[in-house]
Amino acid sequence: MIQQGGVYGADSILLDLEDAVALNQKDAARILVRNMIQVVDFYDAEVCVRINHLSTPFGLADLEAIVPLQPSAIRYPKTESAEEVAELLTIIEKIEDRYGLPHNKMTLHAMIETAMGVQNVFNIASQFVRVDAITIGGQDLTADMNIVYTPEGTGIDFARKRIVMAAKASHIDVIDTVFPDVNDEEGLRKETEYAKSIGFTGKAVINPRQIEIIHQVYTPTEEEVRKAYRIVKEFKINSEAGVGVFAIDGKMIDAPIVTRAQYILRLANVTVG
Amino acid sequence: MERNFEAIFSENHYGIIVQEIKYIKLMKPKIAAQSGTFESSDVIFLIEPLPDHSGRKLEISSTVMQQFGESFKRIVVDMLDQFEMTDIHLIAKDKGALEPTIKARLETAIKRSLGEQEGTL
Repeated sequence: MIQQGGVYGADSILLDLEDAVALNQKDAARILVRNMIQVVDFYDAEVCVRINHLSTPFGLADLEAIVPLQPSAIRYPKTESAEEVAELLTIIEKIEDRYGLPHNKMTLHAMIETAMGVQNVFNIASQFVRVDAITIGGQDLTADMNIVYTPEGTGIDFARKRIVMAAKASHIDVIDTVFPDVNDEEGLRKETEYAKSIGFTGKAVINPRQIEIIHQVYTPTEEEVRKAYRIVKEFKINSEAGVGVFAIDGKMIDAPIVTRAQYILRLANVTVG
Repeated sequence: MERNFEAIFSENHYGIIVQEIKYIKLMKPKIAAQSGTFESSDVIFLIEPLPDHSGRKLEISSTVMQQFGESFKRIVVDMLDQFEMTDIHLIAKDKGALEPTIKARLETAIKRSLGEQEGTL
């Protein structure tokens, strides 16, 4: 599966050493991922590795094997506090120093999947330059809260919104949890639309079949791109002429609308000449 | 444990050839171990210890033996050399694994057989 990872068109590929790996296979997974990262072409996808928590017997060995290879990011599970992130970064930097590697290339994605993590999420998201994304782990969070995971996500709705707000306030990405039922495409679409509507910048998948639907939801429509292009172009012309607020088709265009239009163009990979 | 040695020759600043004898401790499996799976694009390795001075006994089978058998064998032998393994019985059943997969599975099996990792038989 790892060797085909790049062909499905995902923006990011997560190689897991944590919950997807049986306890007696941790060593095998670590060595396999270490070898594969070095030779497999994942095309344009960024490559992240989810390591085991440092409180387990595997976390440190995972870091020793993976940090020297400098994937795009390390994903840290069950992050509960800023102190924990600081401890993790100290270890990462020590390994990087040993290999003469910079401290600013590989980033950190903190997974929030416990009640304590949700309570401390703003400190986790805002205090470290290297934390450039946070994610929510729905299954672990419901387990930690002693509630049952439902497709409506009622139980984790507060956590979702709190995590999104912390990410927005810290100007970093925020990725929604996986949709576990691979066969329920409508359910996936509905949940992705909801995640997008409350501010998540992306969504995790557990099967390549889910990628296309998520991309469909997140990709701006042609109409949206055309409108955004017009707004940004008009904004350029007007700001060069010293005009702050202007109108298109009788509607007032101010800074927040321009910011949103710029975001849409960024998603669509369009530049205004 | 069997002892082997390697002679290293170098020249000192008087122009005299110096011979240095470096003893190498060959490694042998402590326990039987396995790694990998029977799945497509994977390989399974089984390693067990042999009595002292038995050397290496390799049994390699692969679904792509005709095309890649020689290369597979070279990877295995190079890796056993790298880990200085002796008195070892190794069984490999390959289903078309790539080189990094073969190396990862064999490294795991060797380390497990040396008692350095979990996941032994």
